[in-house]
Amino acid sequence: MGGYAAYVWSSYGVSAGVLGLCVATTYIRLAWLKRQLRRRETELDDPK
Amino acid sequence: MSSMWAIVRRDLLLGLRQRGEILQHLFFFLLVIVLFPLGTRPEPAMLLAVGPALIWMAVLLSAMLSLQRLFRPELEDGSLEQCLLSPVPLPLVVLSKVTAHWLASGLIYILASPLIALLLGVPGPAIPVIMVALALGTPTLGLVGAIGVALTLGLPRAGLLLSLLIFPLFVPVLIFGAGAMNAAITGLEFRGPLLMLAAMLVLSVTLAPLATAAALRISLE
Amino acid sequence: MYRWFHQLGSPPYFYRLARRLEPRLAIAALLLIAWGVYGGLVKAPPDYQQGEAFRIIYVHVPSAWLSLFVYTAMAVAGAVALVWRMKLAEVFVTAAAPLGAAFTFLALVTGSIWGKPMWGTWWVWDARLTSELILLFLYLGVIALNAAIEDRRSAARACALLALVGVINVPIVHYSVEWWNTLHQGPTITRFDRPAMAPEMLWPLLWCALGFNFLFFWLQLPRMRYELLQREARSRWVARELGSE
Repeated sequence: MGGYAAYVWSSYGVSAGVLGLCVATTYIRLAWLKRQLRRRETELDDPK
Repeated sequence: MSSMWAIVRRDLLLGLRQRGEILQHLFFFLLVIVLFPLGTRPEPAMLLAVGPALIWMAVLLSAMLSLQRLFRPELEDGSLEQCLLSPVPLPLVVLSKVTAHWLASGLIYILASPLIALLLGVPGPAIPVIMVALALGTPTLGLVGAIGVALTLGLPRAGLLLSLLIFPLFVPVLIFGAGAMNAAITGLEFRGPLLMLAAMLVLSVTLAPLATAAALRISLE
Repeated sequence: MYRWFHQLGSPPYFYRLARRLEPRLAIAALLLIAWGVYGGLVKAPPDYQQGEAFRIIYVHVPSAWLSLFVYTAMAVAGAVALVWRMKLAEVFVTAAAPLGAAFTFLALVTGSIWGKPMWGTWWVWDARLTSELILLFLYLGVIALNAAIEDRRSAARACALLALVGVINVPIVHYSVEWWNTLHQGPTITRFDRPAMAPEMLWPLLWCALGFNFLFFWLQLPRMRYELLQREARSRWVARELGSE
């Protein structure tokens, strides 16, 4: 890649990082919300 | 039409009764411009080069501060909700309120601008261009800013959020406004950017009140 | 057609449809991007002017394209949300804003990484980079407004309106920045636009752009599902949906 390899790799790396972060946060948030909703539901079902 | 005039007159009277506030905006505007040379070397060439940008920065900042009062008193005393229910079309109400606001606060920038031009060493023939650019640009700022004000109306501490919403929308006014002033100072053709400012004013007079009215309905529903 | 539109507008139906579509979109996006990146990094010959540095194009141009596409899509959805009060369109706007901001951010970062070897600095006040930066602020405004309003419904409607106002502004900003740039910029050689590209350079770019598009729709679906769950937490279909998983 000549003298430009570092630039090329870093731009691909940044892109992969940011997009990967988008994927991860999207699914983690969703799973978290589902867990919360489920927990709330079971609490409603059998109040101690 | 008559109801529009009534709103303008009422708001103007209210605004003029609070003369202190208008003066405070004027002082703020002047102070921003006076403080700038103190932060650097007051070389005439440099001041002339940054002058237009500086004038517009001061206008943007003080417009942002004064816009926050645009609908707030009416929101607090409940008359804004009356406006939503009244037979007068809401966009017309918005247009008249922004007009009154501009007469009470935007006009002073234009009146004060010759003084500022002298402070910055602007050559005499460029001064009318500065005033025309401000006269065409500041109403657009008020009209576009009103959308942001209406969107953030119900929120506590809306000030910073308001600037985040409306400063990106102010970019074209800043560019063409400062562009006209720069062209006039350097003796270039300044009619093009002035016409662009006028075109943006026409566009925002027709569209911005509609958007503001919709935003008010969203914020108050 | 009308019936389909009506069905799509109902959150439970959309929720299930989205869950079925997501894996397919994900596979399509990953395959297209992988194929495009392979073509761009390995198969395409180095550029005669820029050498190997032009290979940044395969992430830069798709991000820049998506940054505009997402904003336009947000504005269209915003118009639908305001006129027809369609729930899904409202959800689309607030879900898309962070993704659009991410693409805009990527376009800026990769553009500046590209600028370093080409122009010798990380940042030039080039017309396109500058209007991309303003676009980022427009996105951040929508995100901040969405975060500031507590009620989900009115937050989404406010964001929809802001996106509509912004989309009228985007071409004006672009034009004004370009005008400003021709006034102030010295002899900058914009090497970004060249008359024609060799097909073996162009095809991977199209695959990458398409892949990024699929990526956006893939991620948009779970984000919309999140908003729907949050909004309708108390409704019966949510309970059913959560129980059935």
